[in-house]
Amino acid sequence: MNTNTATQATPRKNAFLLFIHKLGSPPWFYDFSGKLIPWLWLAFALLAAWGLYLGLVKGPADYLQGESVRIMYIHVPSAWMSMLIYTSNGHHGLHRAGLAHPHHGSAGDEQRPGGRRLHAGRAGHRFTLGGPTWGTYWVWDARLTSELVLLFLYLGVMGLYSAIDEPRKAARAACLLALVGLVNLPIIHFSVKWWNTLHQPNSISITGGSSIDPSMLWPLLIMAVAVKFYYAANLLTRTRVRLLEQDLRKGWVRDVAREKAK
Amino acid sequence: MNPGLPAGAAAASLRGAFFALVRRDLLLAFRRRTELLFPVIFLLVVISLFPLGIGPSPQLLARIAPGVIWIAALLATVISLDALFRSDFEDGTLEQFVISGHPLTLIALAKIATHWLVAGLPIVLLSPLLALWMNLPLESLGVMVLTLLLGTPILSLIGSIGVGLTISLKRGGQLLSLLVFPLYVPILIIATAAVMAAADSLPFTQFLGLLTAGLITSVTLAPFATAAALKISLS
Repeated sequence: MNTNTATQATPRKNAFLLFIHKLGSPPWFYDFSGKLIPWLWLAFALLAAWGLYLGLVKGPADYLQGESVRIMYIHVPSAWMSMLIYTSNGHHGLHRAGLAHPHHGSAGDEQRPGGRRLHAGRAGHRFTLGGPTWGTYWVWDARLTSELVLLFLYLGVMGLYSAIDEPRKAARAACLLALVGLVNLPIIHFSVKWWNTLHQPNSISITGGSSIDPSMLWPLLIMAVAVKFYYAANLLTRTRVRLLEQDLRKGWVRDVAREKAK
Repeated sequence: MNPGLPAGAAAASLRGAFFALVRRDLLLAFRRRTELLFPVIFLLVVISLFPLGIGPSPQLLARIAPGVIWIAALLATVISLDALFRSDFEDGTLEQFVISGHPLTLIALAKIATHWLVAGLPIVLLSPLLALWMNLPLESLGVMVLTLLLGTPILSLIGSIGVGLTISLKRGGQLLSLLVFPLYVPILIIATAAVMAAADSLPFTQFLGLLTAGLITSVTLAPFATAAALKISLS
């Protein structure tokens, strides 16, 4: 920490710190992210195409779950992603409370719709995956239940955000709630897990200590990385829109609009 | 705080402010005695709906009793939570608290303590009756009361964060339940597990230990979060 402040004080900044500080300027961020987004989409498209090809075309069907195992290649990566988004959302909340980097708050606000969409998608997959493979559409098993509670937490944060009219206040309130949720997340997760062993000693588990074959693992990992790129592109796009709305009356937005009109 | 005061006097004035606020709120609550009864009546009505909806079989009722009583307690708490800061927010007293120089965390803690005395403690006192009503075995009755005694303050503490965030909204009540119920999940799980373990004559002290840990954690952290939430709502 000390070295950081020392470098900030001297006129010669190191390149990385300079980059971080530049990101704090809305026009610079807008410009930079605009250049970055196509590359993110490209990376997503290539990786997703590769992962889906390996998973859907080349990969084997599961001997137990049949062809429907292929839902896993979308389902599991988005499940991982939504967990990560909630954690990082709480992290943005923490920054908002602490050092207020101008984009942390807006990025946090823009994260949640993505997280919720992935989450809702996940619930949909559950039903389609659950039907043919487990013989039931819903079980109160540990993972499904803790994800359901996580979905409620998401909905709560977003509900609060949309209920408050003033954007800045809404963002601060939602960030505080996300932070409270983040503190509670491990407690909720483990208590639900433990609740499950308490009430249903032999419930259905889709992992059940089974090991995964490399022919299925690779497409899964590739898809996990692809979803991260998708999310990054999505988040940056939303943040750019948010910045334009936030700085509606400032000169650089007028310049952007003029350029677009040309 | 007043910087001119010596440390001892400052602490005394803090304690004084805390108890003055608790006394004021208790007095206000007792001036409206019928309103005081609402959460209790609500609890009775909700619990009596279960035998009507499920059937009067004593075994079945005994089985679901811990869950039913606890869920009813959650609902009764959330319903009473809205009153926690409502009148102080509407008549501007809350703003006076903020500029009074006393830490808002302390004021939040005093309000939460009063809320528990007014809305949580009656549930605890009523619970033996409810347990008998639901045919809960007598062995687990004491544990039921203990879990409520340890658990209802946690409900008030966590709930106060949600109230702080939604107080400035016109219709905050519905949103409040969405905000706090997911956070109540661990308490519900641990408390009902304790009662069920006692009913099956299994060891249950570990659950009470977990609830105590939850109580200590929420007493230390929740008032700060509530104070931060109130500051956001007042801004």
